[in-house]
Amino acid sequence: MFQTIEDIIQLADNSNDSISEIMMKQEEMISGRSRLEIWSRMESIFDVMERAIEKGTTENVVSRSGLSGGSAVKVAEYLELKKTLSGPTILSAVKNALATSEVNAAMGIICATPTAGAAGVVPGCLFSARDTLSLTKEQQIRFLFTTGAIGYVIANQATVSGAVGGCQAEIGSATAMAAGALVEAAGGSAMQSAHAISFALQSMLGLVCDPVAGLVEIPCIQRNATGASIAMVAADMALAGCEFPIPADEVIEAMYNVGKTIPYTLRETALGGLAKTKTGKSMAQRISSDKQ
Amino acid sequence: MKYSSVFEIIGPVMVGPSSSHTAGALVIGRLARKMFGRKPDQAMITLYGSFANTYHGHGTDIAIVGGILDLDTNDEKVIQSFELAQQMGINIQFELSEIQKRHPNTAQIELSDAHGKLVIVGISLGGGKVQIISVNGFELNLTGESPTLLVLHEDRAGMIAKVAGLLGNHNINIGHMEVSRKDRGSEALMAIETDQLVSEELMREIEDMTHILMVSGFTC
Repeated sequence: MFQTIEDIIQLADNSNDSISEIMMKQEEMISGRSRLEIWSRMESIFDVMERAIEKGTTENVVSRSGLSGGSAVKVAEYLELKKTLSGPTILSAVKNALATSEVNAAMGIICATPTAGAAGVVPGCLFSARDTLSLTKEQQIRFLFTTGAIGYVIANQATVSGAVGGCQAEIGSATAMAAGALVEAAGGSAMQSAHAISFALQSMLGLVCDPVAGLVEIPCIQRNATGASIAMVAADMALAGCEFPIPADEVIEAMYNVGKTIPYTLRETALGGLAKTKTGKSMAQRISSDKQ
Repeated sequence: MKYSSVFEIIGPVMVGPSSSHTAGALVIGRLARKMFGRKPDQAMITLYGSFANTYHGHGTDIAIVGGILDLDTNDEKVIQSFELAQQMGINIQFELSEIQKRHPNTAQIELSDAHGKLVIVGISLGGGKVQIISVNGFELNLTGESPTLLVLHEDRAGMIAKVAGLLGNHNINIGHMEVSRKDRGSEALMAIETDQLVSEELMREIEDMTHILMVSGFTC
């Protein structure tokens, strides 16, 4: 049983198990379900993620409020030009994250990882890394179990709720989950995954939850995209051998403590930040008048 | 442990946009429906905090009604929950409250029909996970993830032993148990989360014991 990232590292060192294996063994023990049942449930989640990305990059997905839609298609077309600044691996992760989040905003079917508001980061990175690293289907499913283990620690030791801990608790957690899993998929050690978690989360401490008109669109969709890019960079830094001097569990604890100091107006109540800009407020007015 | 399964982290599969304000809200509505045990004629929903401030944007209202109709979080019909409720003759009323509760994502749901009424208060913890923190005014902490037995009884000595003993005889294992009362000597409510399902006959057997007022069971 593991409660912290340190526990995971110890388990991985002693047993030579990957983080995905550690997560599956714990799930078998806690749920009492068979490996086959657990595996096929994650496969069905994988299919949901793949369909959402497919839908978001090919159909003209527009949200009920009209505030979002079409960004994923734009990035997909831009990627065809081949001479992009941030390169195909990062940009296709961004494209996938935008697609998933735009489908979510339009009340389509997605999988919360760990929440719906941050649902684009993990699949965004997975469905890009699978090409770059030519991952087998098994490795792709294992990727999701690894993100699950990292999210399990953050959710139980801290929070994954924007209303409780700000956007750092949602997008920050999702980015850390993806970064750690990218390292394992690329062959890195559990310790390197822990550093990737820290690199990802340290870059988002204090990130407020300030949704325009209270929707899960602006800036949530864009933060899924930048979160996916940060996860890729955090993973590469760890794979390069860079180390973050503060252990991952303490970075997670810092995120939790910072979250508690974020004012109520910046914890998903749409009463501060971008939600209170001139344009943000006018969007909220327009939408609430449509609603009458 | 707030979260025990990996599928509470990588999951739920759901209709967007928000796991706390859409999926979590639906689960609270669904638990109310399961506890009530039948289709209500009337549903009165009060939203607090972040639920009240952002319900329209997140579809929290649509989701709670979807749960009251016993729909699942990944059901595409959730989007038409208001029309479906109307077709089924369920009167839906919403109220926004200024009162600041302990948790920002709090909803109270009152379901009623000619035979009775149920009032629950639920909170959405994020990632689709919820807790029911009060049932008909009794303070509790229920997740609804395992089969749950609610036993309303007179506040007398030995009641817990009697009910737990009977469950034990039918080798029903108790995972989590709470007893809550409003004031001494009047009524108390036992909330028992069990590993196995409790049969109708066993529930009736418990109900027939002295000082037991009402027994109901549900599982999500």
